[in-house]
Amino acid sequence: MRITVRVQKFDPERDAYPNEKDYRLDIGWRANTVLDALFQIKNELDGTLTFRYSCRSAICGSCSMVINGQEKLACKTMVVNEIRKHGQIVLRPLRQMRVIKDLVVDMEPFWRKVTEITPWLVSRELSDVPSLTSPKVTKDTLSEFHNVDACIMCGACLSACNSYEASPGFLGPAALAKAYRFVADPRDGAKDERLIDLDGVNGVWDCTRCNFCVEVCPKDVKPMEAIIRLRRAALQGGIKQTMGARHITAFMEVVRGEGRLNEGLLPIKMLWRSPGKLLRTLPLALKMFLRGKLPFPYKRPIRGIKAVRQIFEARRRTTLKSPTS
Amino acid sequence: MKYAFYTGCVAKGACPELYQSSLKVIQRLGLEVVELTEATCCGAGVIREGDPELSLAINARTFSMAEAMGLNVMTICGTCQGVMSSAQKQLKEEVGRMDRVNALLAMDHRKYFGTSQVKHLLWILVKEVGLNRLKQYVVRPLNGLRVAPFYGCYILRPSWDLGFDDPVNPSSLESVISALGAELVNYSGRTKCCGFPVILEKEDIAMGMAGANLAEAKEMGADCLVTPCPLCHMSLDLYQERAEQKLGERLGLPILHLPQLVGLAMGFTCEDLGLARHMVSVGKVLEKVGAI
Repeated sequence: MRITVRVQKFDPERDAYPNEKDYRLDIGWRANTVLDALFQIKNELDGTLTFRYSCRSAICGSCSMVINGQEKLACKTMVVNEIRKHGQIVLRPLRQMRVIKDLVVDMEPFWRKVTEITPWLVSRELSDVPSLTSPKVTKDTLSEFHNVDACIMCGACLSACNSYEASPGFLGPAALAKAYRFVADPRDGAKDERLIDLDGVNGVWDCTRCNFCVEVCPKDVKPMEAIIRLRRAALQGGIKQTMGARHITAFMEVVRGEGRLNEGLLPIKMLWRSPGKLLRTLPLALKMFLRGKLPFPYKRPIRGIKAVRQIFEARRRTTLKSPTS
Repeated sequence: MKYAFYTGCVAKGACPELYQSSLKVIQRLGLEVVELTEATCCGAGVIREGDPELSLAINARTFSMAEAMGLNVMTICGTCQGVMSSAQKQLKEEVGRMDRVNALLAMDHRKYFGTSQVKHLLWILVKEVGLNRLKQYVVRPLNGLRVAPFYGCYILRPSWDLGFDDPVNPSSLESVISALGAELVNYSGRTKCCGFPVILEKEDIAMGMAGANLAEAKEMGADCLVTPCPLCHMSLDLYQERAEQKLGERLGLPILHLPQLVGLAMGFTCEDLGLARHMVSVGKVLEKVGAI
């Protein structure tokens, strides 16, 4: 099969801008991966083409790049499937990271974020938590975080993260998923400190749940789900004063009360403790009111609200007894 | 074609024009709908953060109402669609989940069986009404109007929960825009996040996202954006002034709900579609399609 592979080429030491180059090559219908195609180009057509790889079997995470618009591992992506779906193969380096050359990016911001979350077990003896016997990881507790341990640090999630794009300080999906792994590990002695740190600026509440990390992760880590669990752990651990935590609490109160969300009531419930912030919503609220877009803060509940409240109450009692994760 | 109509909260709250324009389009197409007036909020991905099982329970409650009528659910909100698609998958696939949720629903004398499907109006237009039939209702082709599609997150990702569009290169919204005679504007922001979920707590980040997407669409020559999600509409329209402040640039880009764009092509007036309720004036759009 004769295919065209279009690659973004860029040597910052020589080029002012990235440019695209098309390579025409014959590949067999056998099990050829995009990484195989890259080797073929490098060996037969262009020795200067630069890309990163190591294990060739989706374990090391080195060859992640943007393939036809989506972050993928070159070694795990079949040429045939891409051609069938897109008719061509377009390769670009990971997004939002500095290009060193061609398809190789500087992963430094990624690693810095991972090291920021203290990516190791803090022993209980060294912390202030008194403990007589060292807790063991059981099958149940392991299942809480074993999928996060599948992370191969390829950087695909950070490249696709919409919050990171808007706010480069954001810890990002991979680092937060890793952080969750330690919060969920019963052997870790710094759970509370971790939750307080992660609830700070650039932490768990920066995620907008865009789901890109879940979509692109080649190892099904589902980083966003780990972030949501960290948020829940903070709420259940009593860290309830962050704006994000107040949003969840207020949202649930409104739905419990009226059955539906009420955009006129939610900001009041969420922001009444911060009059400055509440005041800031006023000009917009006025404009919305004038256009008939501001619901009255008190609305008649939906029919059958009584049973809905019973369901809320039953869940509240259950989660008090055994917090869910 | 008959559906159990789940309006979602925003169409009954901050975006009444979405409800209004949806009804116009639905009626014109001859679709029959029964509104689920007793349904709760879907939780918008927020309730699930506090308590996942509660979120599943309130959605199963909604599904059970549609099931009792033997109907599929029609949504008009991308976020509702995403939350409900994921909820259905979890309820059906996770061991023991359906039984636990049904134990909760027993308090309301309801039971969820998993027989109804949930479909966004966009999908119904493309797959069930069909583009060819949709074209027959076009009396005012939107020729020359440059429309940038804005999907939002929930209607696309995770793609294995939704099972409709390609998450990287979706086409349903584009196919409707083209069917109405309008011109497509291609830009990378069409599948990105509008920032709405963090708008109250992290406005700076939210406006960074909204602003970048709006500015890109404008640079590509868009006359307006169209979105199947009213939460995106709030971020892009209600807050556009704040996005402009963050960008330091005037945008003035009108944002239309999907049924408003369809309704314009069907010949409905500005009043019919509630277009005057928007923060950003749609005057230029109306002028271009000859609606004023």
